[in-house]
Amino acid sequence: MARKLLLEHDSVPGIETFEVYKKHGGYRSVEKALKKMSPQEVVEEVQKSGLRGRGGAGFPTGMKWSFLAKPEGVPRYLLCNADESEPGTFKDRYLMEKLPHLLIEGMIVSSYALGANLSYIYIRGEYMWILDILEKAIDEAYAKGYLGKNILGSGYDLDLRVAPGGGAYICGEETALIESLEGKRGNPRMKPPFPAVKGLWGCPTVVNNVETLMAVVPIVNDGGDEYAKIGIGKSTGTKLISAGGNLVRPGVYELEMGLSVEEFIYGDDWCRGIANGKKLKACVPGGSSVPILPAHLVTKTAAGETRLMTYESLADGGFASGSMLGSGGFIIFDEDQCIVRNTWNFARFYAHESCGQCSPCREGTGWMEKVLNRLEHGQGNLRDIELLEEINKKIEGNTICPLGDAAAWPVAAAIRHFREEFEWHVSHREESQTRNYGLLKESLVG
Amino acid sequence: MVKVTIDDIQIEVEDGTSILNAARQIGGEVVPPAMCYYSKLPGTGGKCRTCLVEVAAGSEKDPRPMPKLVASCSTPVQDGMIVKNKTSEKVHTNRGAVVEFLLINHPLDCPVCDQAGECHLQDLSFENGGEGTRYEEEKRTFDPIDIGNKIKLHMNRCILCYRCVHVANQLTDKRVHGVLNRGEHTEISTYIEAAVDNDFSGNMIDVCPVGALTDKTFRFKSRVWFLKPMEASCECTKCSGKTVLWMFGNEIYRVTARKDKYGEVEDQDGKAGWICNDCRFEKKDPSKWNIIGPRTINRHSVISQGKYSAARANSQKKIENGDK
Repeated sequence: MARKLLLEHDSVPGIETFEVYKKHGGYRSVEKALKKMSPQEVVEEVQKSGLRGRGGAGFPTGMKWSFLAKPEGVPRYLLCNADESEPGTFKDRYLMEKLPHLLIEGMIVSSYALGANLSYIYIRGEYMWILDILEKAIDEAYAKGYLGKNILGSGYDLDLRVAPGGGAYICGEETALIESLEGKRGNPRMKPPFPAVKGLWGCPTVVNNVETLMAVVPIVNDGGDEYAKIGIGKSTGTKLISAGGNLVRPGVYELEMGLSVEEFIYGDDWCRGIANGKKLKACVPGGSSVPILPAHLVTKTAAGETRLMTYESLADGGFASGSMLGSGGFIIFDEDQCIVRNTWNFARFYAHESCGQCSPCREGTGWMEKVLNRLEHGQGNLRDIELLEEINKKIEGNTICPLGDAAAWPVAAAIRHFREEFEWHVSHREESQTRNYGLLKESLVG
Repeated sequence: MVKVTIDDIQIEVEDGTSILNAARQIGGEVVPPAMCYYSKLPGTGGKCRTCLVEVAAGSEKDPRPMPKLVASCSTPVQDGMIVKNKTSEKVHTNRGAVVEFLLINHPLDCPVCDQAGECHLQDLSFENGGEGTRYEEEKRTFDPIDIGNKIKLHMNRCILCYRCVHVANQLTDKRVHGVLNRGEHTEISTYIEAAVDNDFSGNMIDVCPVGALTDKTFRFKSRVWFLKPMEASCECTKCSGKTVLWMFGNEIYRVTARKDKYGEVEDQDGKAGWICNDCRFEKKDPSKWNIIGPRTINRHSVISQGKYSAARANSQKKIENGDK
């Protein structure tokens, strides 16, 4: 069984309470960091660990921390991005439900490293029951002296608050998150200036994902070098994957970077293969925003190498034959699924969640959704497929924030790998109105 | 001071100047169009994406090109930066794309729109737009509403530049309208229709690049190109009183602020020459004004430049020559 760093004790009953958590080695990193290390030393350990942001973009956390501006007399903020709303991703939800104290511990250590005295957990509006769990845990931590004034007699003060959002996907974008936290409409800001220079209330701010902040705990406990030993190359440590779709055993898994995709899908310790004995058709390895991979590119790269669960291996082949690790929302499609319908579903999500601030995304996502809707319901024509590709190219890279790209990539990849399916919807208008492409194909063959 | 090259023309500008403002200092063809940026309203810009330009070299120190097109209105220049606007094929295609996006839900009702002839979207699509539309879907529509008793809002025509929101934030006592909803359902609106009523709200009409916000005292009275713009002034305690009267014979049809060639209000006495609602809506009697003389307006509009007749002559020639 693979090594676990975050989910080591997730099945212990009562782990969400302070006592049980402490008994299983909790809060060691706070004692170590606040008493024996300087903030700079903590940052250095994180840099050594090679930890990369777990929210989706995979930006090195140590580097992000080192960009934080430190002007005199200006407060700095650490924000935890718990606005997990990428379709297919549910790892942060599990982490926060089970291990609220691990998040608090990670945030204390990280806030200490960054010199923040007030930190926020920005949680999505749909996770209200987790808000209660977190607040209860925070109250416990205050009572035990791990939060508040003069933590453990170290002279370091930290206040931690939970702020719920209104349930908007766009508020997971860090500058939109900051706007929302300030009480404004969640529109992403123009960059530069980056949050590291001008973030929350104009002060230097770091925004990190839940899993990233939790990973800081084992890094401080065992040292960055020890953490960097796990994994391959620039993909270090463990990663939580929320596997969903047509799998025998979907769920949240913690794996060491470098596990092969084949092992992850079919292995007995992991997802145990495709449900109901069906065949694999396609896979979205990192949440709805990343390009979809057809079956022959899931376990092997285009060059014939084994595909691994790492940032690099999943991206191998670029957009032509690769995808991205993203946020770890691993979605499996079996042979019965219709890719056009799924692409339409994703497009509908992005059209709904676009903030409407910049023209290409506001108009383009809505347009794509309408064209895909038509195609899926047998009202499309071949020109529409070219049109979709065109709209895609025109959104990509021209928007304020990455939502435009995230909306464009899955559509582009679906057309690239499953063009014949789109064409079938055009040539079989009536059937595509009443029947699912995947199921139909099977019945034709069978 | 930093040196920047835009479309092969070098200019020295102050540190922190945006690419767009550097281009405006050069003037002419190199200036990217701007639908949402308004130099007199801090905080505007970055939204419409029509001013995207290519940065071929980031700076003297780091001469790498920027991977994406950047919004020239909100990107500061660096020493040694090389920018391509008119000379970049990529900029040209993407600007066309933005025009297409802006027009898919736009009603294209120019024949009945009061803004026609001085509409920035009209100019933009004439210069960068395609010939037809590829949008087969139904356009999203809204009912026109009153925001205040002097301003009509046609949300269908709006391109969501947010300029009017900034006007309300920065010029009026309090903002009572704003942006509702998200995505393509985003709209400028107000919960209480009559609520917009304060001294400087009329400037929303002047900053609107399209015909979304129109002057109710002028609606459907005349096409703008039939009117004679006259510079005028009056004693006003609220504003500078320096305006343009749009007249037909001796009748004043409408009053606007004095605008420059980018459609922005000119500075009067050292500050932006916004005008108050009294001057704009109430003083339609010529005896209340000291009329200075004809206003030379910058003929940026496609109609005033005679581009339509030129284009018509061109296509006429093509037909005669049997070209396709």
